[in-house]
Formats: sequence, structure tokens, C-alpha cells
Amino acid sequence: MPRRDDIQKILLIGSGPIVIGQACEFDYSGTQGAKALVELGYEVVLVNSNPATIMTDPELVRRTYIEPLDHETLAAIIERERPDALLPTLGGQTALNLALELHESGVLSKFSVKLIGASVDAIRKAEDRALFKEAMTTAGLESPRSGFAKSIEEALEIVQHTGYPAILRPSFTMGGAGGAVVDSPAEFEEKVAWALQQSPTTEVLVEESIIGWKEFELEVIRDRADNFIVVCSIENIDPMGVHTGDSITVAPAMTLTDREFQRLRDAARSVMHEIGVETGGSNVQFALNPADGRVLVIEMNPRVSRSSALASKATGYPIAKVAAKLAVGFTLDELENDITGTSAAFEPTIDYVVVKWPRFAFEKFPGADARLGTQMKSVGEAMSIGRTFIEALQKAARSLETGKDGLVSLHGRSDYRLLAAKPTTRDLVNEAPAEPRPPPTLPPPSQSEIRAAVEGVIGTATADRLFYVADALRAGMTVDEVNEATAIDRWFLEQLRLMVEQERTVAAADELDEELLRDTKRLGFSDTQIARLRRCTEEDVRARREELGIRPVFARVDTCAAEFVARTPYMYSSYESESESEVTAAKKVIILGGGPNRIGQGIEFDYCCCHAVFALRELGIETVMVNCNPETVSTDYDTSDRLYFEPLTLEDVLAICIEEASKGELLGVMVQFGGQTPLKLSAALEKCGIKLLGTSADAIDRAEDRERFDALLRKLEFERPEASTATNVEDALAIARRIGYPVLVRPSYVLGGRGMMICWHDEDLVAYAGLAMEAMRDVGSQVLLIDQFLTDAIEVDVDTVSDGKRAVIGGVMQHVEEAGVHSGDSACVLPPHTLTADVIARIESQAKALAIELGVVGLMNVQFAVKNDEVYIIEVNPRASRTVPFVSKATGRPLAKIAAKVMVGKTLDELGVDDGSIPMHVAVKESVFPFTKFPGVDTQLGPEMRSTGEVMGIATTAPVAFGKAVAAIGFSLPTRGRAFISVKDSDKGEACQVARRLRNLGYTIVATRGTAEAIRLTRVPCEMVNKVQEGSPHVVDAINSGAIQIVVNTTLGGQEIRDSYSIRRSALLANIPYFTTMPAAVAVTASLEARVYATAGSRRVRSVQEWHARMNGH
Amino acid sequence: MTATRKARLALADGTVFEGRAWGADGHTTGEVVFTTGMTGYQEVLTDPSYHGQIVTMTAPHIGNTGVNDADPESLDGKPHVAGYVVRDPSPIPSSWRSQQTLEAHLAEHGIVGIGGIDTRRLTRHLRDHGSQNGCIGTEEASDLVDRARAAPDMNGLDLVARVTPTSAYEFEESRGDWAVPFKPHDPPRAKRPRRHIAVLDFGVKRHILRCLVDAGCRITGLPASTPAKKILELEPDGVFLSNGPGDPAAVQYAVATIRDLLGKKPIFGICLGHQLLAQALGAKTHKLKFGHRGLNQPVKDLATGRIEITTQNHGFVVDVESISGQARTTHLHLNDGTSEGLEAPDAGAFSVQYHPEAAAGPHDSLYLFERFLDAVDESAGH
Repeated sequence: MPRRDDIQKILLIGSGPIVIGQACEFDYSGTQGAKALVELGYEVVLVNSNPATIMTDPELVRRTYIEPLDHETLAAIIERERPDALLPTLGGQTALNLALELHESGVLSKFSVKLIGASVDAIRKAEDRALFKEAMTTAGLESPRSGFAKSIEEALEIVQHTGYPAILRPSFTMGGAGGAVVDSPAEFEEKVAWALQQSPTTEVLVEESIIGWKEFELEVIRDRADNFIVVCSIENIDPMGVHTGDSITVAPAMTLTDREFQRLRDAARSVMHEIGVETGGSNVQFALNPADGRVLVIEMNPRVSRSSALASKATGYPIAKVAAKLAVGFTLDELENDITGTSAAFEPTIDYVVVKWPRFAFEKFPGADARLGTQMKSVGEAMSIGRTFIEALQKAARSLETGKDGLVSLHGRSDYRLLAAKPTTRDLVNEAPAEPRPPPTLPPPSQSEIRAAVEGVIGTATADRLFYVADALRAGMTVDEVNEATAIDRWFLEQLRLMVEQERTVAAADELDEELLRDTKRLGFSDTQIARLRRCTEEDVRARREELGIRPVFARVDTCAAEFVARTPYMYSSYESESESEVTAAKKVIILGGGPNRIGQGIEFDYCCCHAVFALRELGIETVMVNCNPETVSTDYDTSDRLYFEPLTLEDVLAICIEEASKGELLGVMVQFGGQTPLKLSAALEKCGIKLLGTSADAIDRAEDRERFDALLRKLEFERPEASTATNVEDALAIARRIGYPVLVRPSYVLGGRGMMICWHDEDLVAYAGLAMEAMRDVGSQVLLIDQFLTDAIEVDVDTVSDGKRAVIGGVMQHVEEAGVHSGDSACVLPPHTLTADVIARIESQAKALAIELGVVGLMNVQFAVKNDEVYIIEVNPRASRTVPFVSKATGRPLAKIAAKVMVGKTLDELGVDDGSIPMHVAVKESVFPFTKFPGVDTQLGPEMRSTGEVMGIATTAPVAFGKAVAAIGFSLPTRGRAFISVKDSDKGEACQVARRLRNLGYTIVATRGTAEAIRLTRVPCEMVNKVQEGSPHVVDAINSGAIQIVVNTTLGGQEIRDSYSIRRSALLANIPYFTTMPAAVAVTASLEARVYATAGSRRVRSVQEWHARMNGH
Repeated sequence: MTATRKARLALADGTVFEGRAWGADGHTTGEVVFTTGMTGYQEVLTDPSYHGQIVTMTAPHIGNTGVNDADPESLDGKPHVAGYVVRDPSPIPSSWRSQQTLEAHLAEHGIVGIGGIDTRRLTRHLRDHGSQNGCIGTEEASDLVDRARAAPDMNGLDLVARVTPTSAYEFEESRGDWAVPFKPHDPPRAKRPRRHIAVLDFGVKRHILRCLVDAGCRITGLPASTPAKKILELEPDGVFLSNGPGDPAAVQYAVATIRDLLGKKPIFGICLGHQLLAQALGAKTHKLKFGHRGLNQPVKDLATGRIEITTQNHGFVVDVESISGQARTTHLHLNDGTSEGLEAPDAGAFSVQYHPEAAAGPHDSLYLFERFLDAVDESAGH
């Protein structure tokens, strides 16, 4: 059954901003799917609100809408584009839910849009837990004992049958949001209430606990001829009870006999049949009782997912691409396996082991519960490939970039006695988290204390648990004891034990002979790990390896365990005996990727890496990609010419450089596209004789080293906030007093503002300096930067490209929030909406001068602060910035591509690149936060970045664009209702303005005493409401009862922030739009006005291709 | 563990792989082949079709679930491989079903193994240069190469004689708790009358017999050399031709038997049984470069167009072009177009090259057992 000809135009929905539970993997699947459909000759219309994606590149498909992913917008796009079909299975839960809404509202039938890839019935059956359970029973499959509750009373009834611990799973949420494990009746009602609130259908599944069972997942594909294949099996090291997205997982499954595996396969096939997934990829999750092999079906997703992206990278089988082709009529046997040229109708088999290890960001969310459970909390993941489990595991550990170069001991870094202490409990909604304090210092622990503490720690699933487990084995616990405490399968524990044994052998050996060193490398130990065990340096170990001829070889990921020749150079390293890299004679460039997603470094950098590849391909240069993030487009074997799926450490990258330089001409390595990760390697790589392309390591240092940077600014006579560096708390205090409070304190060489804070008094500084020092320990440089903090300044971001002789402006972005809110968290507007032409001109000329003076070749980002028309330079980053994709989408100019070409020697003149023309439209970037996933965390914005993703709103005016951006982050802004306003004194003037304008729109104004008095003075009527401390009925009561529709709440410093915590938290839980800075409140007021006073009622949608054409006068 | 002793695998072409001794002491020779299945090592070890072969597992971790007495595929539960090659033998078993470690099992049955070797390089070598004889041992490399060269050639070798039973037997074991429907999504069918099936046992896999039992058969297993006349005297309702090791051309006596049975009883063959039936119908066989061994082999059913993911284990194959006369091709390998199934409707015979009983492997092709019993029922009804 070949290609369907009854459809020509297909609408593809993306997954929106990066959030916990939906990350780059949907850019990967969407891009793959879109490419496949375009190749087949279909006209593709794509919608996604996330500008940082490759899938929204204007070149990819005919029409790309960067618009909010809501029903109203989608309906408008469908009406405008009239697609024949909608493919909703590549855009995560967001796309599936939208497809359902569009079906239910009748939009699909009104415009005759066929749903392809998944039927409405299948989506419902898979997503609605009651229907799912019923389907499993029909199919003769077991699922956990459970029942559905729509109220607390019903839930109490059900828990009688399931017993404790019970699992709560709200219906129709992504990433398990609202899910919880309830251990005792005491906390049952509260957690049920929360779960019901999270579910859009106010429904929760109360389920028998199978905590401690083994967890498996099968990635499967079915086509319309009922052909069925298992692409990959995945086993979770963490047993049931930890969300699979937060589990360390292994592919293929390691601890199943064939009979057990086939039982899962048969069950998965029955699930696909019963749910009615006619075409496409799905995943099915199972729990298996380790005592008797009883199998339960846990859930399935009738779409591609995070784990299907992982399965694709793990096996080389492109699930999304195949799924897209199956959706338009093909059957599996009509498709080819790209890698081998044989049929795509087969099951990949692998002769290596893949480990996925999630990355967490708890350090950014003080007050969050760091225990892992059924609600996903990780923000990214690293994947690694090794010939054996332990090799892959150690590679994954060092791919995470959390300062660990393998499965190292955490003794010394963490005091297990403190970890074992019970966390204090508090009211997560009403009580602000405690002020962070440096940990107390305890006397050195005895061996027995360590053992007792470790034993107490490993029973709880946490981000670092596997490290603790290894330490437990080091402390002398047996495999059986650890198995008893953790329910982690003994097979994995035994592998860890062997690794620990090897550590001892290495440490005790007289010398590192060839056999010992080779064996150790084969267990995945890094040179730095070995160096620590041998008390020597990494260079010593490397030299010893060279001397003995022990070098990694590169094998290919080939889907078939070498049964066929692989034509795709997708590789991983191991210490085997034969390299299959087949290095070419071409001119080539190595591009280093960004590693696992984390807050501050995510999809934006992957976008830049991909664009570097595209640019070099246009120049006929071979591209070699190195990265370890399985979610990304950059690690698609289709993206670069050659792909190494490897950790981004000096050792691993150096080995690839040596391999690639062995033939052809290695022009150099690009470190400026992957964020801080590759940049950190630049000096060491250069020291090893590896040529860096573009901006030199010295220039990077000149921008990042405080003193050298100060000298540079003095030379150029540019202003910057007064600043200095300190290496201890006493110096810091002296400097702060000299500069004058408030001061901004932050560690050097840290991305995303980790450990960054504004201090208003000595006390703040003393408290925070200790913590900041702690945050820097991982990077090994304990230098604290102390800057004068410019209150109420406007921040501006500028992206430039320079060829070393001439620099051009890519885009100037004005932040909505004032300086002090991390640039990655604030909304920004391009072009600037309130700056004067003169200020903009000064900013642009300073940015250019900086680029030239630094000798930047490639991209550079500068952050400015503007106060009283004075321009100050805050920071210069001679690399790709987080804003590059946004600028590129807003202006239609592919900045990263231009930069990559410049870096291999093209001049801007040759490329014909000048300062871009100023857009005739306005683009607004807004940030998305993961606060709902972290109960108990304050949502107040500050200098520490905490957003996970971004959206873009684009329109002819700033207010409308801002309104779109706010809609895209999921706030629905009513045009009337009750607005609550409570602001700090310095904001009262503006707050009165906002109150007046909101009232004119038809809002009733509610305020706390101080703010209300100020508003009433301006003769705007205003209701008064109690602060929480003033007693009920107070503002939180009003929020909880649904009496408030918008919250504006600004605060200043310590106690005031703590007092107002529950207002922000309650607004978050009630999903009420809330604004914690005055500029954001002003902006949203303007966008409300724009909506209310707009002449044409409906939402205007326009594709980016049209916006760009309009800008260029077409 | 004896795993610290160095051992080598030498191939007849002189290539040598270093590893560590594992399993039984000593040395062993045989044809070196690889199988790509990621599960089912115990089934592989005990599959009589691997008799005399040194089997390489491409999956790196082997032994993880230990050994139990339910999974063996040989009727006596013993391993059949001549030698066993793995990348990383598991130090401990972890499975609720495990009764023994794999290493102890190998040692107990005298199976010489080698661990820690670069199985990927070996697999690529066999893929590029073809399956060939080899020798595992702890001796000098040159000695091992000599032994490999001295080992008998697989072509023309009658390995069936070594694994076929010496006398007739009955078999009554079912799949028990592990049974799955032959056609999962069809409504359950009425119980069939019990049928008597004569199994020509060339080294039959236990799970084939279990499937036949579950399909409603009374089984009489017979030595490979049983003549047609004797088989017919048993008055079976159908004849099953089993899998088995080695070169089908070396088992001409069985081809003659099958020829005599054609048209007299419904016949179903699997693997070697397919090759022998094909020869009886006038087709030819030849040796593949490195065979098909694994659990992921795609086969197309030409009648329905559907794809089955199948278990395969064969070094020889039927020439598709030579299938003619009353025989016709029913199934083809999707990757290389080789013969996977044929039928001779007039003679009431059909066969497949792959293993519908799986064990190890996917259950996509169990329907063939029902097809066989349908033919038997129909024939019995006349």
C-alpha cells in the first residue's frame, strides 16, 4: 500500500516550549517527520510556539507558524491553510490533546481534515485511564488493581482495595504531572486534592502500588497491514515507583529470559491491537514482579515519545521518520533501513549497551522535594554507548557534566550523615522555603557511621542514588543487602561491585601494566578516574596509554549487530580491537554539541550546532558532530556527515580529534555553538594541539577573565557596573561595602546564573557567599564576581557576528523585566519597544567595537543595562547565545549559519552580510517555568535562571506579540474580572497606572492595604483585601475560591518575599496568570488593551515565511 | 571463576582472537558462526541445529539470567554447541527462574567457551569472509589454527546422524504456562480431534513438539533413517519433518523417505525439514556465506503480504529458482530474497525455513501449526 494520494497538504503540530516531560525529542521527531513528508512530495504546514527548534526553520517546510498552541489559534490556522490531514503523533501530549480538542469542537470535520497517524478512539483509549484499563482487560492483559475517582470521597473508597502505598495518577497530564505515591492515610486526602486539580478532567487513578517491581518499556511500530516490530527494549535500573523519565535506563533489557521477553512482546502487540493504533510508533510500559515474573501493563503512548527518541538513537532505527511514512499509507516492508539498505521491516538488534541517565536541577529550586517519584522532575538526559553495561554507565555518568568523571565516590563531596537526616516537612503551598544555609561541618565520620548513613540513604530514590549505591558497595554492603534496600536488580549491582573491585585493583597495583590498564579502560574508567586512583595526572595516564598503544576504537551503530555493512557513520568508542570509523580524506570540521539539557543550556545550542552543520555542508566541508544528548536533532545520524555519540570531556573529544585527523584535513574544532560545555574544553584542546575555529581561546579568556575584561573596557572607554572579584567571604564583604549595596554576586564560569544572587545587606552576602562557593566546586574555580547592581535598569541583549575585521548586528532585544531577573528568564522584545534611537545606536556601536577588539570570529552576545540613558556593559560571551534561534526566527536571518561560514574563513563581505534591516513586526520571547513540578518552590523571578523553555509571539505591535507569547506559555488572559495588585513601594506609581488601565478594561481592582491606599489616591476604586499574615479572609483565600483572575505581585528582599510566597504559589496552582515584575504587568496590560480595542475580533495568524517576506519587501 | 586464564579462538584462515577461558577446560573445534539474538542464549546452547558449531553471541552480556531446566531446546536438556564465544560472561545470574550459573552449566556439560573477546570484530570477519572452522583453546595460536584447519568441512557432513534418536519415542509435554494462542486475535476455535503425528527427528527442538502437542497432536518421534514404509505402518495423520544440523545434501536417505511419503500424508517441515522437502520436490540447496542466525529475520508471506519477524538458524538454503514443478514458493526473506517457505498443494506438503515455534524469538508465525493441523484434519476427513 504505497503513498496516499488523497491528501496533499498535511498539518504537523509541534510540542511547544521545552518543559519537564517534553523536550527536544519532539523537535527531533517533528523535524524527522516533516523532512520525510516533504521528501515524499507533501506540502507540510507546521505549527509550534517554540522558536528554538529546528522544525520551525523557515527552510524546512512551506508554511511555518510560530504561534500559540491553543485551540483558537489552531482553528484559525486550519481555516487559513485548509490542510487535508493532521498528523498529531510527533508533537507529544500537547499535539495529541490539541488534536482531540479540534476533533471534539468539530473543527476537523468542518474543514474536512483527516486525522492520520492515530485515531480519536486510539488516543482516548490510551490516554483515558478508565478506557485503557478496560481495553487491557479485554485483551486479556493484567494491569494494577485500581479505580478512578472524581472526588476525594471516591478516592477513599478505592484505596480500601488497593491498600498503601497507593499511587495517584491524574488523567490527561504530561510527564506524570500531579502524580504521587501515598504511603499513609495521613497524606492521602491532600495529595488526592492536588492530583484532581492537575487533571484537566478532574479525575485521578488510585492504583495498587507495585513499587520495587522491575520496569520495562518496549518501543514498537505497527503499520496498517498489522505488521509489528519491536524497535528496542528498555530496562529501568530504578525499579517501579520512579517516573521512567527520571530513571536510569538500559537498552536492551538485561535481565529477561527469552520467554519473559516474548511475553512482553506478545503483550505489546495485543496492546497495539486493542488500543487500535493502526500506524506509527508507540511505547508500552510494563512492570514485572521479580519474585514470580507476573507482568502488568502500566501504560502506553500512541505516539512517538522521549523514549522513542532514545530508542532511535540507541539502535539507529529512525522511529519518527518511519512513523511519518506509515501515516501516509506505506507499510514497513515498503520502506528501507537507511543504515544497511535492507528492509525496515525487521527488529533492530544491538551488540552494545546503551545507558540513559537523567539530569536534574534541584540546586536551582531550593525548597523542592528532591525525592524521585511518579512525577517527572529531570530537565534533561545524557545517553552513552559502550560495549558493556558498566562501560556505558561510566560514560553516561561523565556525560552528565555534574562534575563526576565516572561512577565516582561522593564521600567528601556529600556528608552521608546529613543526607540520611530526615527532611523537615512544611506546608508546601503556604509556607515559604527556608533560607538556604551552608551545611554544618561535622567531625570526620567513622567507617561504621558511613556504612550506617549510606544504608539509610540508598533506600530513597534521588538524583544521585546510583552514586550512593556504589559508595554503599565501597563501604562493604553486599549485593544482596543493597538489592534488599533498593530493589535494584542484583545483576546491575554485581556489575557495580566488579567496578568497585577494579578500583581497588588499580589503586593497589604496583604498576599500570598493559593488561590492567586495558581491562580498566574496558570497564569505562576515564583517564581522570584512573589518575585519581593512581595519584597521578590525567596526562600521565594518557601518556601511559599512548606508550602501551591503548586507544579507543570506534564502532558503528548499525541496527543489526554487524550482520550487514553499515553505510552510516554513526559511531561510539570502546576499547575493542578494530576501528570502523573509516575516516575520510575530506576537508572536515568537528562540531562539539551541548550535552544534556539543563537549565541555561538546552535546545537553543543544539539549534546552533545543527545550523553550523547546515552551513558547512553548503560549503562542501564534511561535518563531524560530537554530542551525548539523545533528545536532539544534532544526534540524528541524518544531520551531520559523521556522528560520534560520546561524552563531551577532554579525553573523549581528543580521541575523536586524533581519529578524524588521521586522514583528510581536519580544519579544526568548533566550540562556540554548544554553549558552555565545549567552551570549557577550549583551552585544554588548544593545549593538546587541536586547532579551534573562530574566536581563539585567548579571546574567550579575555572576555571571561574579570581583570582582562576590565582592562579591555577601560581601553574602549565603555561603562560597566563597578565590579570586583573575591576568593573568600571577607574580601567579598569589603568589596560590597566599597561598591555599595545592592550588589550582584555570582560565580565565574557558570552558565544559567547558578549561584547568582542580589544582596541587599551584609547579612545576605555572608549567607550566600558560602553557598556560591559550594556551587563552584564542580568547576574547580572558586572565584566570586561581585558587581554593582543597577536597580530598575533596562536590560538589553545583542547578538552579533564578526569575521574579525567587521562585525554586524544580528538583533537587539530589550528585556521586559528589569535588570536583576536572569536574562534567560525574562521576556524580551525585538526590536526594542521603548529605547531611543540614540541609545540603540550606542549599544550597537559598542557591541561591534567589542567584537573587533576581542578579535571575535563568529558569534558574540553582549548584555547591556540601560539606566538614565547611560549604557553599561554587563557581560560579553564570545559564543552562540541562547537568543540566537529567537533572533534568527524573528529576523529571518540564520545567524549561526553565517557564523559557521565566517569561522572557516569566509568574510562577511564575501557572504554579503550587513546589519539586518529592522523588522516591520515585533517578536516577543517569553519564558516557561517548571514550578508546577516542584511543589514548595517560590516562583519569584531572580538572578538565578530557572526557566526550561521559551515561546515566541510575533505580531505587528509589541502588545499583541506579548499577548501571543503569554498565551503560548499557557496563560489564558481574561479581558475582565478581578485583578489583584500588591506591590513594593517603588512600584506604586506604576501600579496605579496599571490599576487605572485594567479598570478601564472592565476589571475590578483588589489590593492589599498599602497598594490599595496608593490606588485610591488616584481616584481609582479599589477593594481592600488582607495579606495572609493579617488573617482570613485574605488574598490566598480569594485566589483559591476563584475570585481573582490576574495577580500582580512585586516584592523587595527577604521577609517580604517570604510573606508573599503563598500568593504566588496559590496563583500557580490555580493556573491564574501572575506577574512578579512591574514591567511584565505593564506589558500584559497593554496586550489586554490591544485585544479589547482591536477592530477585527479573531486572532491573526501568519506564517514566519510571510513575516519575513513582508520585512524584505516582498 | 577460571576466567583469568588466557584463551584464544583461531579461525582456519589464520585469524586469531584473544580472550579468556570460560566454561569447560580443554579445546574444541567446529564451524564458527554468529547469532544476533539478544535473548535466549540457553535455547541457542541446547538447539540441536547448532550441533558441532562454535557459536558466537553478538549480544555482549550472556548468562545474566542463569540456566533453568525449562528453557533447553534439546530433548535431554543438554547443550549441543561445540564451543561458545561471548564478550562478557555474567558473573552472577539474576532471575526468579535461574537454577544454575551458565558457567557451571557449561563446565558440567564439557562445553569449552571463551569470554572477553571482541565478538564484533569476529562477527564482522565472519560476515566478510564467511563462516569457517575454528578452534578454541589455551594453546599457542599456531596450534589452534592447525586444529581449525584439520577439522572436517561442514559441506557434505551428516551431522543429523549424531543427533537423531536411536529409537522411536513419545512426547507429551505442552507449553504449559507459557502457551500463547497460535492466532492471537482470532476467536478461539472448537477443539480438534486428537491427531497422530509422526515426527522425523533430525534433531528436533523441544518447543516444536510442545507446539504440536498444544495443537492437539499425539506424537511419535522417529529416527531420521526410518523408512517411509515403517512410518506409514504407524498410520499417522500427518508427518512432521524437523529441524536439524548440517548440510541437507548429506541426508539423502531422508530425502528418499520424504519422496515416498509425498501425497500420502500431509507433511510439514521446518528448517532442515524445509530443505529436505524441497530436495524431495526436486529443488536444490546451497550454503550461504554466513547464514541467517537470529531472532529478527523478516519474512514475507506471499499469500497475505504480511511480514513475520522470525527466528532463524541455518547455514544452508534452498535455491528459490530451483523450486518448480508441483512446488511453489510461499515465503521469502525480505532482506536477501532467499527461500523461506514452499508448498506442494497436490502433495499436501508445506514447509518453512524459519522457526515458527520461536524459542527463542517472536511468536509471529505460530499460525503455521494451525495450518498444518487444518491440512491434517482435512486429509483425515476424506
